[in-house]
Formats: sequence, C-alpha cells, structure tokens
Amino acid sequence: MADLLSSRNLRRWLPWALIVLVALVLPVVLPPFRLNLLGRFLSLGIVALGVDLIWGYTGMLSLGQGIFFALGGYALAMYLQLNELKPGELPEFFSLYGVKSLPAFWQPFNSPLFTLVAIWVIPAVVAGLLGYLVFRNRIKGVYFSILTQAALLVFFNFFNGQQKLINGTNGLKTSTARIFGELIGSDAMQRNLFWLTVVITVAAFLLCRWLTHGRFGDALIAIRDDEPRLRFTGYNPTAYKTVVFAVAGALAGISGALYTVQSGIVSPQYMAVPFSIEMVIWVAVGGRGTLIGALLGAVLINYAKSLVSEALPETWLFIQGGLFLLVVLVLPDGLVGWWRQGGPGRLIAMVGWPPRTATYPALDLDPQVVAEQDQLERSGGGQG
Amino acid sequence: MDLLYDTLFNGLAIGSVLVLAALGLAVVFGLMGVINMAHGELMMLGAYTTFVVQNIFKAVLPEALFPIYILVALPLAFVVSGLAGLLLEKTVIRRLYGRPLETLLATWGVSLILQQFVRSVSSAFAIGLVVAVVAGILVPRFTPKVWWQQRWTPLLGTGSWIVTGLVGVVIASVLGEQRVFDQPWFSARNIDVTAPVWLRGSIDVGVVNMPAARLFIIALTVVALLLVNWFLQKSVWGMRIRAVTQNRTMSDCLGIPTEKVDALTFLIGSGLAGVAGVAVTLLGSVGPNLGGNYIVDCFMVVVLGGVGKLAGTVLAALGIGILSYVVGSGSLLLVWPAMPEGLNAVITFFATTSMAKVLVFALIVVFLQIRPAGLFPQKGRMVEA
Repeated sequence: MADLLSSRNLRRWLPWALIVLVALVLPVVLPPFRLNLLGRFLSLGIVALGVDLIWGYTGMLSLGQGIFFALGGYALAMYLQLNELKPGELPEFFSLYGVKSLPAFWQPFNSPLFTLVAIWVIPAVVAGLLGYLVFRNRIKGVYFSILTQAALLVFFNFFNGQQKLINGTNGLKTSTARIFGELIGSDAMQRNLFWLTVVITVAAFLLCRWLTHGRFGDALIAIRDDEPRLRFTGYNPTAYKTVVFAVAGALAGISGALYTVQSGIVSPQYMAVPFSIEMVIWVAVGGRGTLIGALLGAVLINYAKSLVSEALPETWLFIQGGLFLLVVLVLPDGLVGWWRQGGPGRLIAMVGWPPRTATYPALDLDPQVVAEQDQLERSGGGQG
Repeated sequence: MDLLYDTLFNGLAIGSVLVLAALGLAVVFGLMGVINMAHGELMMLGAYTTFVVQNIFKAVLPEALFPIYILVALPLAFVVSGLAGLLLEKTVIRRLYGRPLETLLATWGVSLILQQFVRSVSSAFAIGLVVAVVAGILVPRFTPKVWWQQRWTPLLGTGSWIVTGLVGVVIASVLGEQRVFDQPWFSARNIDVTAPVWLRGSIDVGVVNMPAARLFIIALTVVALLLVNWFLQKSVWGMRIRAVTQNRTMSDCLGIPTEKVDALTFLIGSGLAGVAGVAVTLLGSVGPNLGGNYIVDCFMVVVLGGVGKLAGTVLAALGIGILSYVVGSGSLLLVWPAMPEGLNAVITFFATTSMAKVLVFALIVVFLQIRPAGLFPQKGRMVEA
C-alpha cells in the first residue's frame, strides 16, 4: 500500500484512475444538472491549460483569453443556428432587426466541416496576429497584460454593439437548436457532450504535455526566466511567443465551443473583463507551470463558485478577492506546487511529526533555518 | 460652428476626468512599475465620500452651507482614497516588490473586495469587521510570547485570524437581526449626488454655452495638474520621487528612503483617484461598478503617454477623451454634412459610445507599432525598457 502511494507509482496509476472515475463513474452517479456543470468546468479547464502555457510556462500574463473563448463559442453557435433550417429561412433573431439576407460572413458556417476547423483556427489566427503585432515590438510584462485587456474590451464592445450581425447583447442560443435530430439541451445529448468534453480535455492535456516537455517547452521556460539571454543565444523569442499564444488561443476556442453547447448560450458576456481575469486565478490556485494544476484549479474554483453562489451569493466576490490575495501572497506556486515542494510534510511537521529529512529534523525544521530557506528561494526565484 | 465648439468642449471635459484619473496611475506606474487594478475602486471611494459629505451637509448643517459641500468633499476624498491606497501599499504591494504581474492580480483581488464591500456594508457588517480586525491584531499581545516562536506558530497565526474572523461574522449576523443595523449603507444601487446650485447652470462664453459642472471639472484638473507639477518639480520629496523613478538602486545608495518614497507616491496617486471620483459624481449617477468603466481607459492613457513625463499623460488622456467623444457622439456628421459617401458610412458605423472605443483602441495599437514605448518614453540605456 505504501508502495502504491510513492510518488513514482502515484504518477503511473492516478491519472488513469481519475479518467475512469470522471468518464465512467460520475455520469452514473451525478444528477444531470451536476453532470452538466462538471462538463462545463472541464471545458473551462481547457482554456486554463492555454493560460498555463502562456503564463505559467512563458511568463506572459494575458487578460484577454475571453476573446478566443467567445470566438470559438460563436463559431459553433452560428453553425447550430443555421443547422436544420429550411433553404431560404433565416435564424429567428434576424427578423427582429429587419435583416433580409444572411450576412456574408455567416455563409461558410453552413458547412459542418468548416465550422469544426473554424472553432480553433479563427481564434488561433486572431491570437497569432495580435500576438505578433505586440511581441514584434518587444512589448511585454504589464504592458502586454494591459493591451490584451484593451483588445478584450474592443471585442466585447464590438460584439455587444452589432445587433444586426450577431444579435448583440442577447447572444446566440444553442440549447433549443438540434443536431442529429436531437435537442442539444436534452439530458441524453448533454451526457454525450460530457463524454466528448472528457476526451477533448485529455487530448488537450496530452498536447500541452508534449509541447512543454522538450526543446519547445525549454525555450518557453527560458523566455519566462530570462528573455534577453535567450535572444542573445541566437533564438528568436517572437516566434516562440507568437506560436504559443496562438496555441493558447486555439485551446480557448475549443473550450469556448464546448462550454457554449453545455451552457446553452454564447453572449458577449464571455468577453467580459472579470471572466478573463478569473481564468488566470484558476491557474494560479491550481499551480502555474503545472498542467494538472491548471485543470484542477479550473474545476475546483468553479465548483466552489457554483456552491457558494447558490448558498450565499453576496460572499462570492469576497472569497474570490481573498483567493487572489492568498494565492499571490502565500501560495505563489498554487496547490500543486505546494504539494510538490513538500508542503503537506511541513504542515505535519508543525504539529510535531517530523518528516524524513536530508539532515537532522531538528536542524531542517528550525524556524530560523526555514525562514532563511524561504528568503533564499524568494530572492532567487523572483520573476516578473 | 457652435456645434463644433460644443463637441470639443464636452470632449475636453471627459478628457479632463481621464487626466485626473490616470495621473495617479501614471505616477505610480512610472515609479514602482506597478499597475494598480484597484485604482478605479479608489475613484469609487472618492465618489462615495462625496455622497456621504453631501448627505451630512443636507441632514446636519444649515442649508446656507450646502453649496460649499463639494469644496469640503474634495480634500476629504483625497484623504480617504489616499489612506486606503497607503494601507494597500503597506499590506500588499510592498510584499510583491519586483513582481509586477503578481501585483496586478493581487490588486484585482482588492478591487473585487472593495466593490462587494461597498455593496454589502451595513452597520452590523462594519462593527463585525472592526471587531475581527482589532481582535486579530490584539491576539499576539495577550498570549504568551513563547507561543509565537514555535514550530506551529504559523498554524496558530492562521488559526487565530480564522477564529477572530468567525467571531466577527457571528457578531455581524447577531446584530443583523436588528433592523437598524441590517440596513446597507449604500446597497448595490447607483447613488446620485446633487450638484450645488452654482454648478448646475451654464455659462455663455462667446458662442459656446458651457455647463458649469464641466467647467468646474476642467478647472479642477488644471489646478490638480499645476499642484502635482509643482510638487514633483520644486519640492524636496518630489525631487526624491523623480530620482527613484529614474534609478532606484542609485537613489537608494545615495540615501534616499525609497520605501518612504514609494508609500508617499502611492498615497498621492490614490488621493488623486479620489479627487477624480469627486469629479465623476458631477457627470452622473455612480455605483459600485464605477471603477470598471474607467480603469481600462486609464491604462490606455498610461500605455499611450509613456511614463517619462506628465505631459505624456495629459496629452494621451485628452486625446483619448476628445477622440472617443467626438467619434462616439456622431457629431462629426452634423458638423460636416457634405462628407464623401464612403467616409460617411465609416463614421456612422463607429458613432456609438462602444464602437468609438473600438476605433480608439485600434488606433492605439497601431500607434504602438510605431512608438512602442508611448509618446514620451523614459530615456535609458538598459536592455529591458
């Protein structure tokens, strides 16, 4: 038993156990409403993976992932609006604004194949373009964060203001649309979507793992830790940053599409400023620079949010604000980082149960020694 | 032609508020490299201070004094927001020195807390909060000193704060049973501030009819700018602030107390946000979400203006304010009816407040392609700007 819990073995069987639990057990156990919520949170985990790639690994804090999230959602929702319409018919909301013919940019979304590609290619292209324009000028740090936030606001205002093109503030409803003759809002369909989400989440996780393990991942971490040095070694950080930003955009698009069909609507609210910052806190709480942390953080925080909002809606903002402060000040590497750096052992040691240590417990756990160690880590690991 | 001046004047007024709001942000950002996401909420505190001052004048003081309440509100708002900012600097930002992205996230957390605080604060809530904080601070004084040098001291510290927090919650909910204590002070609704009579009318200057409130805002901005400029250029502490902005390490070596400079700058920057909050109340009703409406615009001002000079902030703020007002109000069409067809269509497309923002932000991104460090970049020879 003790052997099974050793960290090497844990790594081998725990992921499979988790996947089996989530994919096979939970759909039977949970009521449809909770299952649907879990499906949504898992799809939010995909966008968190993207945030982790660009923030946790590359050190660029984007506050505009909502753009790509919503673009993916809109792409799928447009297809669903057009799907199973008779020739010559228009989606219902167009009649409200007296639009007589389908706008040209809607036309390609008649094709399911195009839509499947567009869900991730359009966000990736937008992200790549935006990223290139910003990175080319070596704009980084807080400037980058502010610019992504401004871009987010641009898209938000644009989508909000265009009633005639995309139904403005009201957004596009998908829960009443049909696919394969089945209502998307129905329980059976939602369960299928849940499984689809699980499969895609695992795939996205593996993709990110592949990206971060290897030379590409090393370059990303180098950009985070010392970009000028990487540049002087002959690499071109702009290319790496653009690519990774585009990948994160694509992940956000896929995530947005999955989230849209499971929540039943896509609206400009997905591009609201707070939502995009929330994405960062999921990653921060879970543990940035660790992929599993991003997933865990997204699911945990959103689950907590839905629980708290059901019981005491007024306190959620306090808790969320407190989380931001707590994570930044006390747990800079998140839950997973805390776990990996022996946090639980230290916690147990505080109540007088010394863990196995390299030297003598009395020395390793001396408050002064620990404080000094902390200080050294902080001054050495302080990064922008 | 009147229309043109009218539009320009209104744009100037909007831009002035932006100058006031962004001034503090720019000074702090230039000095500490810190982006304060709670800056908008400090503005909100200023606005709510104005509201409280107005209500006190209405309820307690003789009616004859009411017209001057805004002159009382101005320094008070400066003090309230400034102290809130000072507290924020001492408790949070100081610990995150040199980690700008983490500071950004932490201050966002603070802004969320402040927003919800204004929505749900009631007498019961306030009493509970004060009790919890005071008790939490007092715990170490009334417990044996040895307890605070143990292996389990961190657990004790966390535990004591949790306990005092719970005590605060219990007190708040017990008091909340009473109606008197349960009434929220402001609630989530927007509040309205009545401008004094002398700010309600309008003044005719030549052909242009200027609303007095907006004229007051412009005058306020000019005064604030002059004061800040005098402070930075002529006073001893201003000189120290400029020195630290230019080269922190060298200033530290030469004996400038950089920590005090940081705290002072943060106090002044936050105080200016409070003054901006007073100005905003004159433009319309304000609510807990006030900060969110201004904060991104303020960031744009900082990005566009650069951190080298005050002039950058002023130019950028006026430019953004005037341009978005002129485009957004659609008055270009009225001023110049004989516009070519194509241009006409473009202008109509952008002639709403939100679409004007789209255009202005797009222009800023284009501008940054030419001058990545803004209008007035800080000069230096470092690899990292």
